Amino acid sequence: MSTAAPRLRFRDAQIEMAHGAGGKASRRLVEGLIAPLLLSGTTELLGDAAHIIVSGTTIAITADSFVVKPLRFPGGSIGELAVNGTVNDLAVSGAKAEALVVTYVIEAGLPTETLEAEVRAMADAAARAGVAIVGGDTKVVEHGKADGLYITTAGIGRPIPGLSLSAKSVRAGDRVILSGPVGDHGITILLARGELDLEADLRSDTRAVLAFVEALAAAAASGLRWMRDPTRGGAATSLNELARDARLCIALQEDAIPVRDGVRGACELLGLDPLHIANEGQFLAVVSDEYAGRALDALRGAGCPEAAIIGTVREQPAGTVLGVTSYGGTRVIDMLVGDPLPRIC
Amino acid sequence: MCLAIPAKVVELLPDRAVVDVVGVRRSIETGLLLDDPPRVGDWVLVHVGFAMSKISEAEALDQIRILTLLGEGDSARVEAEGYGAIPEVESP
Amino acid sequence: MKFVDEFRDAAVIGKAVEEIRRLADPARHYRFMEVCGGHTHAIYRFGLKDLLPANIELVHGPGCPVCVLPMGRIDDGLAMATQEDVVFAAFGDMMRVPGTHGSPLEHKARGADVRIVYSPADALRLAENNPGRHVMFFAIGFETTAPSTALTLIRAKAKGIRNFSVFCNHVTIIPGIRAILDSPDMRIDAFLGPGHVSTVIGCRPYEWIARTERKPIVVSGFEPLDMLQSVLMLLRQLRNGEAKVENQYKRVVPWEGNRAALKAIAEVFELRNYFEWRGMGFISQSALRVRDSYAEWDAERRFSVPGIRVTDPKAAQCGEVLKGVLKPVQCKLFGNECTPERPVGALMVSSEGSCAAYYNYEHRKTLTNIAAPA
Repeated sequence: MSTAAPRLRFRDAQIEMAHGAGGKASRRLVEGLIAPLLLSGTTELLGDAAHIIVSGTTIAITADSFVVKPLRFPGGSIGELAVNGTVNDLAVSGAKAEALVVTYVIEAGLPTETLEAEVRAMADAAARAGVAIVGGDTKVVEHGKADGLYITTAGIGRPIPGLSLSAKSVRAGDRVILSGPVGDHGITILLARGELDLEADLRSDTRAVLAFVEALAAAAASGLRWMRDPTRGGAATSLNELARDARLCIALQEDAIPVRDGVRGACELLGLDPLHIANEGQFLAVVSDEYAGRALDALRGAGCPEAAIIGTVREQPAGTVLGVTSYGGTRVIDMLVGDPLPRIC
Repeated sequence: MCLAIPAKVVELLPDRAVVDVVGVRRSIETGLLLDDPPRVGDWVLVHVGFAMSKISEAEALDQIRILTLLGEGDSARVEAEGYGAIPEVESP
Repeated sequence: MKFVDEFRDAAVIGKAVEEIRRLADPARHYRFMEVCGGHTHAIYRFGLKDLLPANIELVHGPGCPVCVLPMGRIDDGLAMATQEDVVFAAFGDMMRVPGTHGSPLEHKARGADVRIVYSPADALRLAENNPGRHVMFFAIGFETTAPSTALTLIRAKAKGIRNFSVFCNHVTIIPGIRAILDSPDMRIDAFLGPGHVSTVIGCRPYEWIARTERKPIVVSGFEPLDMLQSVLMLLRQLRNGEAKVENQYKRVVPWEGNRAALKAIAEVFELRNYFEWRGMGFISQSALRVRDSYAEWDAERRFSVPGIRVTDPKAAQCGEVLKGVLKPVQCKLFGNECTPERPVGALMVSSEGSCAAYYNYEHRKTLTNIAAPA
């Protein structure tokens, strides 16, 4: 381990909302300030969960915090996000969640029935996901802070046998699989805030993806290379991270990417790209060409009927995600910078 | 300033209309179309929450037809080449 | 008909591309300027450059209202935002544009009440629902957007909503095009005209480009088929030695424009004698201000602002890139001091600016095999 103090590359004078949006600014903060100071020695590629060895056994561990306004929205609530989010981070790192701990930071003045509803939602979500909640903490802060309620969950899990996931195992010719339509969660939240006066029949896609991951992994066997759950920053951000870490090109077939009508409409109207919008119940997987068809069938059969192969890995241009249209036009699909903002130009 | 989206009018309100854009509904202002107000079922071009223009399905179909015929002979080419010429009858 | 997918049909696009290749003279290098930021965005989004032959070059013009806004004007708007009880309302496009002391979003992080609105009508509604605050709407855009701001002001006056004002930064497209054509080092063969601006101003205002400057101009839509058809029409004109105004976007653009929209603009706004366009200098009669009859809703009269002119560093070659003389990558600051995350000059500030679009979409793309399906 190096004895020199880590050089901090993060130069911004203050922290902005963009640093939490899951895109480039978030990466700069984590890689430029937080990781160098906190993560001991290793420059391991930062994934959704860490696999560590404790007393000779490998366990997976992860944590996530949940900050959402409004607390309840069509398709779910903050409590469900908090359980599913951590179960999913473990799942896509190749682990089955065994136990969660949860902390609540509650704004004084929050109606008890609101808190109770979220606690119940977490209990239900945990039961559905087959994970135990074994402890936690509660704090109350002054009125005006915490937007009602912030929840953090940390989870540990047991690695799924036979899986070895890494961006470094991805090869040219591998296929990219997406479990279902993108953008449902982010657009639902945007609409639920009520500031843009849009209405659509949309729900958050929050759900635990472990069962789907297990089905895919069983079918893909040694062909499964990498997985990620694209939350803030969207599928584009996750795939850009992959392209960068693997030093390869991800070429997506634009027409193959599943997007629901309401999400497409909202994105067209506001000038947003569905690939930059958060999801809470989908995941990406890279599978070798040999096993991709089987993996897709298994995924569809397991409860992801809209799963699709959305692209292929290529050698060049390395580090880039490309979108290819049906008529042969290509564009570079970049990582999100800050929060996706509506535009009029 | 150029993001304007085709939207279908699904409901009329005083000075406004509710439009549908691929499954999303929004109420928009129709004050710029006073000279030729839209009706339910019409398609309009929406920019910053205002209807800018009606969309002519006839023109759209004609354009697609002409382009689809490209490569199928000289008459098609001539027709495509005449597309967009200044109208002969100038409106007052 | 849905008016979107039909204009992205692969088979028809294929035919249009073949026809373009047939019509383009291999001995010529064509430079077509698309004036509107929306076209710049569409070209990259749809990957249109991949479809055109190498001797057709699309040059991005000055039609990005965010890019051409001088930093001093942003500072003025933000100076209003920092006053008590003021809500700064603007389109999302403005939120990350840097002023001297930070962007609107950065001001928001420091406590200013900054809100994103999708429509000027939403800003007015914000004022109606918050009688104790003053809502200042930072209006930007060309003639496409000005009528909506105008109608909003007309309604504010009619309803007597006094806690609302507009900081007017609307600019007009024709003087911008004229400035391009007036530069001695300009090398543009023809223009793709701004389709949505034209829904308001019609096609007549471009007649001098054809008649006096002898350059073809086709008013173009924004879908792939629209733009490819417009390129076809320009090629045909050039082949025939013609220079005329044509309307490709016929399904939406009326030749005479939108009378009601023009009337609203005329009622509320008048032309400023001159206005500075970032990267291009002062251009006369190129921007709108609020008329005396609406003075009460004119933010420039209700608030006192610094009005300080902020100049870009001399090293920033925005003017030359805007005129198509330099490619973005040829500016010394491109990609080094000047990036979309830390823009120095006008064209990196908005994602439609030539430099930002090039940086985000083109710069990393050295394709070895673009035709193979994914």
